Amino acid sequence: MRSDFWRRFLENRMAVAGSVVVLALFVVSLFAPWLAPYDPSAIDLDRVLMPPSGDHWLGTDPLGRDVLSRMIWGARISLKVGFIATGIAILIGAVLGAMAGYYGGWTDALIMRFVDIMLCFPAFFLILAVIAVLEPSIWNIMLIIGVTGWMGITRLVRADFISLKERDFVLAARVIGASDLRIIFVHILPNAMASILVAATLGVAGAILTESALSFLGIGVQPPTPSWGNILTAGKDNIDIAWWLSLYPGLAILVTVLGYNLLGEGLRDALDPRLR
Amino acid sequence: MLIYLGKRLLFMAPMLVGITIICFAVMHLAPGSPTDLQTQMNPRASAEAKERLRALYDLDKPLTQQYWLWVKKLAVLDLGRSFSPDRRPVSDKILERLPITITLNVLSLLLIVAIAIPIGVLAAVHQDAWFDRATSVFVFIGFAMPTFWLALLLMILFGIHLGWLPISGIRSLNAEYMRPAAAFWDLIRHLILPVLLSAFGGLAGLSRYMRANMLEVIRQDYIMTARAKGLSERTVIYRHALRNALLPVITILGLSVPGLIGGSVIFETIFAIPGMGQLFYMSVMARDYPVVMGILFIGAVLTLLGNLIADVSYALADPRIRVA
Repeated sequence: MRSDFWRRFLENRMAVAGSVVVLALFVVSLFAPWLAPYDPSAIDLDRVLMPPSGDHWLGTDPLGRDVLSRMIWGARISLKVGFIATGIAILIGAVLGAMAGYYGGWTDALIMRFVDIMLCFPAFFLILAVIAVLEPSIWNIMLIIGVTGWMGITRLVRADFISLKERDFVLAARVIGASDLRIIFVHILPNAMASILVAATLGVAGAILTESALSFLGIGVQPPTPSWGNILTAGKDNIDIAWWLSLYPGLAILVTVLGYNLLGEGLRDALDPRLR
Repeated sequence: MLIYLGKRLLFMAPMLVGITIICFAVMHLAPGSPTDLQTQMNPRASAEAKERLRALYDLDKPLTQQYWLWVKKLAVLDLGRSFSPDRRPVSDKILERLPITITLNVLSLLLIVAIAIPIGVLAAVHQDAWFDRATSVFVFIGFAMPTFWLALLLMILFGIHLGWLPISGIRSLNAEYMRPAAAFWDLIRHLILPVLLSAFGGLAGLSRYMRANMLEVIRQDYIMTARAKGLSERTVIYRHALRNALLPVITILGLSVPGLIGGSVIFETIFAIPGMGQLFYMSVMARDYPVVMGILFIGAVLTLLGNLIADVSYALADPRIRVA
């Protein structure tokens, strides 16, 4: 079973390419202090808005800071936001989905109507409204993206629970007197992990996209903390003179999100070949 | 059909109530009461603004009563007055900007349908051929593309390097003095980039869905029957298969409404289009709570309406739904 998974996964060139991108980003984030050629917040007013050159491979921003160094540190921010926001979404989604699927009846109806109502709000509207009330900061951003992004996972986990709870191993657990909580978390949830893992991988991609859009609009990660989105803001402000500020951070976002999406789809195909 | 419509409308009522509860909850999310937040965290808030906020939400009363009073005002579209210096009613501010946003979204929806459906059908009919492979590459890139970045690149290319298209606003400064035809052309030139970009986000999803749907339909027995009768491949695909594969697209279009409306914040801000999205962004920046809450509510109601229209059209197009 396990070797089957690896064989199928490694045969899928797109999935392997996705994992390479994701791994590379982990390495860059981990070794950011050693990889970045300059201090990401070192202002140098003699070298403002320099185009890419031997000294500054990806040019400098309006404060003379090195764009490459800011992008390397920005990778850390994206990764952090992506993982923590998705973690929050999964926590909420898994608990609510498990309750809805396991208990059924009123609990199920109530939770699923709540999901329907949450899905009525354009996700970006809800996020922005909460930001208007709370302050935009990196922690609030993670929290908000997580709290507004759990609905899909709830539906997924619920569907898994509905099909799993009728299986013999659940009956067996109940016969030996296991409590509901134990059955939910020890017996059923591990069996739903495959689909959660796929959703989480795709969720990280979505969270990174959302964070970059928010930071681009100036209501996400706040300067001077570097993020790919807020470098692009400088790109928009200097759109007619500094194309490099617009080009490279966006490319980084595209490649990162593509990497996570390919990895997620590859995992899905390898975990459950029937879904192809 | 009327019974179906009635059922759907009845189903909407609890959803509307839920929407108001969530809007109300977001407003009260701030630690302490919203007025505390105004005074403690925002030095720009005057005592007068604080007073107006208290009046708007009746903050001296118990929470349940506050909610009830707020909903009663909402029912007659009284969303309170804006905190901005003009102090105009929120509903006026939103209503004057709504047509632009709706026009933009309808145009992008039409563009999505016009492009994604042929792509999906062609990819399915020529499964695994070069066009299908190119489509799947496009779909992957489409899903991963930060559209605001694509907007920047296109602005640099068409607006600055080539100088073909304007990159801000919806009309030129001298539009008033143009002849009607010229003014109309001016408007179209301003809309090309925003509509193209907001459609881009939905393209990948719909073409992928259309392809999968078409492949599913082609495998059905009635398609085999049509082929067995000796109909030409053209007739089989475009008369028998396409019609059935198109039906569920209606639902997907309904589901894509919240994404489009949400995206309007980004595009209207980037292109300086005076629509609801831009108003929302400016109100968030200025912490103009009544406007923020009003637009949040309207956005959810628009989504609900989009879904309703989709469901009803589906029922009109497919009698099986009405009976079930």
